[in-house]
Amino acid sequence: SVELDVFVGNTTIMDKEVYQLWLNGYTVNDAVKVRIDGGIMEECEASVEVLLSDTMDQYRTFQMCERLLHHPTKLANQLLFQIPPDRQAMLIERYYAFDDAFAREVLGKKLSKGTKKDLDDVSAKTNITLKSCRRQFDNFKRVFKVVEELKGPLVENIRQHFLLPDQLARDYAAVVFFANNRFETGKKKLQYLTFQDFALCAGQLINNWTLGAVDNMMEDMDVDLDKEFLQDLKELKILITDKDLLDQHKSLVCTALRGKTNVFTEMEANFKNLSRGLVNIAAKLINAKDVRDFFIDLVEKFIEPCRSDRWTSIDVNLYLTHYTNSAHILDTFKHHSVWTRYMGVIKSCILRMYHE
Amino acid sequence: MPGKLKAKIVAGRHLPVMDRASDLTDAFVEVKFGNTTFKTDVYPKSLNPQWNSEWFKFEVDDEDLQDEPLQITVLDHDTYSANDAIGKVYIDIDPLLCSEAATVISGWLPIYDTIHGIRGEINVLVKVDLFNDLNRFRQSSCGIKFFCTTSVPRCYRAVMVHGFVEELVVNEDPEYQWIDRIRTPRASNEARQRLIFLMSGELQRKIGLKVLEMGGNAVVGYLQCFDLEGESGLVVRAIGTACTLEKISTLPSTATQPSNSSPSKDMKEPVFGEEAPGVPLSSGPPTPLRAQTFSSFSPSKSYSRQSSSSDTELSLTPKTGMGSGGSAGKEAGPLKALLRQQTQSALEQREYPFFTLTSFPSGFLLHVGGVVSARSVKLLDRIHNPDEPETRDAWWEEIRQEIKSHVKALGCHAVVGYSESTSICEEVCILSASGTAAILSSRFMQDGSLDVEHRLSRQPVVFTSGADRVEGDMGSSASLGFEEVAPPGCGFCHIPYDELNIPFPAQLTYCYCCRRNKVPDVLFTTIDLPTEANVTGKGCLIQARLCRTKKKGQGEGNATAISNLLPFLEYELHTQLMNKLKLRGMNALFGLRIQISVGETMLLGLASATGVYLTALPSPGGIQIAGKTPSDITYEQHISNMQKKINDTIAKNKELFDVNPPEVVEEIIGSPIPEPRQRSRLFRSHSESSDEVSELDLSHGKKDTFVLEIDDTDAVEDIHALLTDSPTPPGFYSCNTEIMPGIQNWTSAIQMFTSVRVFRLNNANLTNQGLNKIFTDLCENLLKSFYFKLRSLTPCCLCHLNFTVAIPEDELIQVAVTAVAMSFDKDQALENGRHGGEKTQIKAIHENDEQLQFNLELNPDSTKGLADISGSHPSAKAPSVDYSSFADRCSSWIEQLRLKAHTMRRGSIKTTSSLEKNSPLPEGRSRSLRSNRSYSGGSVAVVKMTPLSFIPGAKIIKYLGIINMFFIRETTSLREEGGVSGFLHSFIAEVFAMVRAHVAALGGNAVVSYSMKECVFMENPNKNQAQCLINVSGDAVIFVQESELEATSVQPQSATTQTSNGGEGT
Repeated sequence: SVELDVFVGNTTIMDKEVYQLWLNGYTVNDAVKVRIDGGIMEECEASVEVLLSDTMDQYRTFQMCERLLHHPTKLANQLLFQIPPDRQAMLIERYYAFDDAFAREVLGKKLSKGTKKDLDDVSAKTNITLKSCRRQFDNFKRVFKVVEELKGPLVENIRQHFLLPDQLARDYAAVVFFANNRFETGKKKLQYLTFQDFALCAGQLINNWTLGAVDNMMEDMDVDLDKEFLQDLKELKILITDKDLLDQHKSLVCTALRGKTNVFTEMEANFKNLSRGLVNIAAKLINAKDVRDFFIDLVEKFIEPCRSDRWTSIDVNLYLTHYTNSAHILDTFKHHSVWTRYMGVIKSCILRMYHE
Repeated sequence: MPGKLKAKIVAGRHLPVMDRASDLTDAFVEVKFGNTTFKTDVYPKSLNPQWNSEWFKFEVDDEDLQDEPLQITVLDHDTYSANDAIGKVYIDIDPLLCSEAATVISGWLPIYDTIHGIRGEINVLVKVDLFNDLNRFRQSSCGIKFFCTTSVPRCYRAVMVHGFVEELVVNEDPEYQWIDRIRTPRASNEARQRLIFLMSGELQRKIGLKVLEMGGNAVVGYLQCFDLEGESGLVVRAIGTACTLEKISTLPSTATQPSNSSPSKDMKEPVFGEEAPGVPLSSGPPTPLRAQTFSSFSPSKSYSRQSSSSDTELSLTPKTGMGSGGSAGKEAGPLKALLRQQTQSALEQREYPFFTLTSFPSGFLLHVGGVVSARSVKLLDRIHNPDEPETRDAWWEEIRQEIKSHVKALGCHAVVGYSESTSICEEVCILSASGTAAILSSRFMQDGSLDVEHRLSRQPVVFTSGADRVEGDMGSSASLGFEEVAPPGCGFCHIPYDELNIPFPAQLTYCYCCRRNKVPDVLFTTIDLPTEANVTGKGCLIQARLCRTKKKGQGEGNATAISNLLPFLEYELHTQLMNKLKLRGMNALFGLRIQISVGETMLLGLASATGVYLTALPSPGGIQIAGKTPSDITYEQHISNMQKKINDTIAKNKELFDVNPPEVVEEIIGSPIPEPRQRSRLFRSHSESSDEVSELDLSHGKKDTFVLEIDDTDAVEDIHALLTDSPTPPGFYSCNTEIMPGIQNWTSAIQMFTSVRVFRLNNANLTNQGLNKIFTDLCENLLKSFYFKLRSLTPCCLCHLNFTVAIPEDELIQVAVTAVAMSFDKDQALENGRHGGEKTQIKAIHENDEQLQFNLELNPDSTKGLADISGSHPSAKAPSVDYSSFADRCSSWIEQLRLKAHTMRRGSIKTTSSLEKNSPLPEGRSRSLRSNRSYSGGSVAVVKMTPLSFIPGAKIIKYLGIINMFFIRETTSLREEGGVSGFLHSFIAEVFAMVRAHVAALGGNAVVSYSMKECVFMENPNKNQAQCLINVSGDAVIFVQESELEATSVQPQSATTQTSNGGEGT
C-alpha cells in the first residue's frame, strides 16, 4: 500500500474546485466522490487512485495554508508557499466567504464558546457541514476580535486587515456589528428576514447612528451606537406626547397622501398607532436592552400592522417619506437633525424588511 | 588575513511565540563564524524585532571563508533559565568570494529548526572584503566558479576544457558518535548539518585547487554526493569538469565581441552557451541520421574470487583484455588516425579523460560510441583515519579505470556525460559509474602552439551548424577540417570503433543522413541530445523497471550474492529498454541513467532515458512474438492476438510521436523542393554497395525484427511490461533530458515539482513478478498523477523527469521524482519569432545544403570503407568479447542468436519495419497563448526553479553562485504533523522556501540545474517519530525575459561589455 505520497510544486498548485470542497467541509473521500460525479475522470483519463492522491495532496496543502489564512496579510509575505497574488486573493476571499444561511443563524449571538458548541444544531438546520460551520464561526470571531478594539471605519478596518473585497467586508461589518450590539434576530417573527436584509440594516446603522458616522476622527469606534444621539432621541417623544403636534402631523401626512394610495383609509386610521410605535422605539434606544429588540420592535410596531392592512412597499415608502418630511413643517418641532438621522435609517430598514 | 566578512542583523518577522504568558518573544541573535561569535541586543516582547545591529566583522583566512558557513542563531532570552533556541540560518558565503558572482547577501531568510521547521524569518546583510593579495589563489581557491549545469553556462564560452576533477572527504557521522546518546536530537541534527556544510566547503575548495593547478577558472557539471555509510562514516564526494570560461556579452548580438588575445582565435571559438533556450534540433524530415550504440557493462564473472584479498572488498572489476590494443591503429583513413592520435595524446595526458558535461559546444563531440558503465560491490569498513580517505579513493579509482578500459574497447578516448553514484544497505555498498564513450575534438583541449596549428589547418573547411548560423555567431563550429568532415546532424552517430573489430555484435549500416559512414542500428547514451542532431518526430521518456528478490545475508556472502545478481539485472533492464524503444518506433536513447538500489531482501533497478528517432540511424524493426509450440491452436491465437496488440501499439506510438520512417520519404519523390530529389538521386548512385549490405542484413532477418519467445517466462513478463505502460495522455510529452526534440515554442510558464512516494510491501513473500508489477505500477501511477495535476498546463512537456529509487527499509520502496513541466504553444509553431520555428525552417533548408555538399564530396576513403564492410559479417566477427564484461549489447546479441535459430526453424521472416504514413499529431486539446506567469506585486519576489539549465523565453544574464544545501528535519509528533505525508510535504515545501529565499538574497530570480540529490526518509510510526535528510543543489541566476531584453538591448551594449571584461580580471 502507498504509505507516503506527496507532491510539492515550486508554485503551489491549488485546484479551485477542490479548495471549495475542502472549505465546504467534505472529507477526502466525499470530495473524491463529488469530483468523480463531476465527470473529471472521463475528461482527464484519470483513475480513482489518481484522484484520491491529488485530493489528499491538496487537502494537505490547504491545511498547511490555513494557519496563514488566519492572518491574510501574512500570506503575501510568507516564504513557505509561492502563490501568485491572484491566487492568494482567491484563497482569502473563499476562505472568508460564508453562507448567508449560516450567518443568519448566528447573527446577533455572542461569539462565544457556548455558541460554538451549539453549531451542530445550526449545521443540522442549514445543511452545512459542521466543519464548515466551525470555520465560518471562527472567521466571525477572528474578525470580531481584531476590529473590536480598532478605531476608524469598521468596513475599512476589516478590508485592510483581512484583505477582503468590499462586499464581503461589508457583510463582515454587519456580523460584527450585530454581535457587538447583540441584536435579537432569532424570534419567530423575525424568521422571514434574510441575512442580507439584516446586513443592509446594519450598514445603515453603522453609517448613520454610530459615532464614526458623525466624526471618524473621534476616539470611539464604529461598532457602538452614538450615545449622545440615543440620548437626543428621547426628545422626539414630543411628537406623540404633544396632542397638537400629533394631530398636526397626521393632517399634514394625510393631506399629502390623499388620492395617492389604495390604503388611504387604513393609513389615516392607523397613523397615531404607527407614529407612536416609531417614536417610542426611538425614545427607548438609550437602553441597551431595547437596542437588542430594535428589529423585533420595528416588525411588531410598524411592519405587522401595515402588512395586515395589505400595504404595498410603495405605500410604505410613500407613507414614510411624507411622515418624515411633514415633521419638519411642524411649528413647534425643533429636533430636525435628530429626526432626519433617525428616520433616514428607519425608513431604509423598514423598506428592506418589508416583504409583501 | 586576506578577508573580512561583515554581517548585519536587521530585523526578524513572524517569530514564534516563545513566552506563553505574554504571547511574545524576547529575541536576540548570535552570529558565528569559525570560533568567533557576536551577539545582538535582546529585542524585548516582539514577534517582529528590529535589531538593526552594527556590522559584525570577522577577519579570517580565505581558506576558512571557503570552508565555513556563516551561522546565525536566533534565541529567546530567558532571565531565569537557559535561553531557548528559536532556530538557525546557515549562509554559504562562497558566492561572495567570486568577483563575477554575487556581491552581497541581503534579504529575508527563513529561520530553520530541525525539530519545528521554519520559524519566522530574519533579515540580514552579509558582505565580504577580500584584501588585494596577489598570492591568495595559491592558498585557497577563491574565485573558481562552480556550476551544477552540465553544459557550458549560458553567458559564458568555453575557451578550454581541462577535464575531470574529483575529490572526496570523509568524516565520522555525528549521528553515530557516542555523544549522540546523551545529546538531544536537535543538537545531533545540527552537528550533522554543520559538519556537512563544512565538508562541502572543504571539498569545493580542494576541487578548486585542482582546477587552479590545471589552469582553469571554473568547474562545470559539478556533482556532489553524500554517502551516509552509517557506522563507518560519512563520505562527501564530488566530480566535475574543469574549464576555462570566458564571459560573453549578454546581448543577443555577440558578433562584435571585444576580446583579448588574437581576434582570429576568438572568431573561431564556438559560442556555445549562447543558443536560445530550448532550441532543439529539429529534424529535416528527409534526412535520415545514423548512429551507433552500445555500451559495455561490466559486472563480471571474475568476481567469483569471493573472499579474495585481505581487505574485505569484492571487486567486480574484471581485467578485460579487450581494450588493450585499442582500435586506434586500425583506423581506415590516415587522416583520421592522425587526428585521433593528436587528440588522444591530448587526452592521454589526463588520468581520466572524463567529462561530466552532457551537452557540448558544437564541434566538440565528434563521435559517440555508446554507454559504458561499471559497478562494484564493496563491504564498508570503518574509516579509520579521516585525513587519509584512501580506501574510498581506491575504490573509485578502480571503477574509473574499468570505465577507461571499456572506452578503449569502443575505440573511443573519452567519456562524456559521466556520473558516479552509490547505493548503500547496511554494510554493503554498490558503487556505480557510467558515461558515454566518445571521441572529442582536440580543439578545446590543446593549448598553445598546437592549437594554432590545428586551427590554421582547418581553416578552409569551415562548417557552420544550423544553430550557430541563425544565432549569428561567428561561423565557427565543427570545423573539423582535418578530421572526418562530419555533418553536425549525424556525425556523432558515426561509429568510432573499427568495424572489423567491433567489441560486440552490432549491425552497421550506412548513415541515413550522409551515406558515407557507418552507423549502428541503435544508439544508447548518457548525454543530452546534441542540439544539432537530426531527429525525426518527438521523443519520449522510456523506463525499464525491475525488482529482484534476494536472500538476506551478511558480510561477504551477501556481497557475493549481490554481485551475482547484478549482471542479470542489467541484462534484463537492457532488454526492457530495447523492447520499449522498438515499441515506440525509435532507435536511440539519450540521458540514460541506470540506478541499482540494494536492500536487505531485494534489488531494484530503474533505467530511465529519452527515446528518439535519430534520422541517421536505420528504422527499427518491429517486435515479433514467437511461440514454441505451434500445434496448439488456442496458443497460436493467443500469440497472434498479442502480436496484433504490439503492432497496433507501435503504429499508435509512431503517430503519437510523429515518427515518420524516413524510407517513406525517400521513396516519395513527389516533393516540390528540388534539392531532396537531387539528393536522393545521389543516394541512388552510390548506394549500390550499401544495398548489398542491407540485403545481407535482411537475409539474417536481424535488422527488422526483434523476436520475443513467448515460452520464455521472462519474455512473457517483458511483453506484459511492454503493454502495461500506459500512453501519455493527449497534450503531454515527457523526457528526462533537457529538451524535447520537435518542440521549440515554449511559453514562460514552468512548474517545477518534487514528488515522493513510499510503498509498503504488505506481503512478505512476493515473487519477482509480483514485485515487478508493484514497482512498475508505482512508477506508472506517479506519472499518471503528474499528468493529472499538471493538466492545466497542457500542451506541455515534463522535462528532466528524474526518478530516484531507494529501499529505505526492508519492505519499503521509495521513489522520488523531480521534474519541470513546461507548457508550449502548439499553434504557434510556425511563427514564433527568432527562436523556434524560424530557426527550424532555416535549419531544415540548411541541412539540405549540407547534405549536398557531402554527397558531392564522395571521397575515395569512404568508398573503400564501403567495400570493406560489405564483405564483412558484422556480428560473426565479434572479437574477444569477454563474457565477464557484459557488453551492454550482449543482450541484443543473444536476442539475435535466439532469433536466428528461430526464424530458421519457422522459415519465414516477418519484416515489421513499418511504413505506415502518419498523419501529424492526434492530440485533442490545443490551447491558446499562455499568459506569462510573472506575478508582480507580492512583497515576496518570485523565484523560479528548474532542473534544466535554461529558462524558456528568458536569457540568463548572470550566475550568482552555486546553491548547495543540506537539511535535516525530525519530528517526535508525527501524527500531529499529519503523518508521514504531512511531515514530508511540509519539509519539502520548507526546503523549496529556503532555496528560494537564499537565491533571492543573492539577488537572483531563479535556480537552474536544480536537483534533489538526496532524500533519505526514515520513520518509526510506533514511536510517532520520523526523520528526513534532504540535499539539494543548483545554480542561482539572474534572468531577464527575452521580450524585456530586446527592448533594452540597444543602448547598454557598452556597459555590458565592460562588465564582462571586468569580470575577467583574474
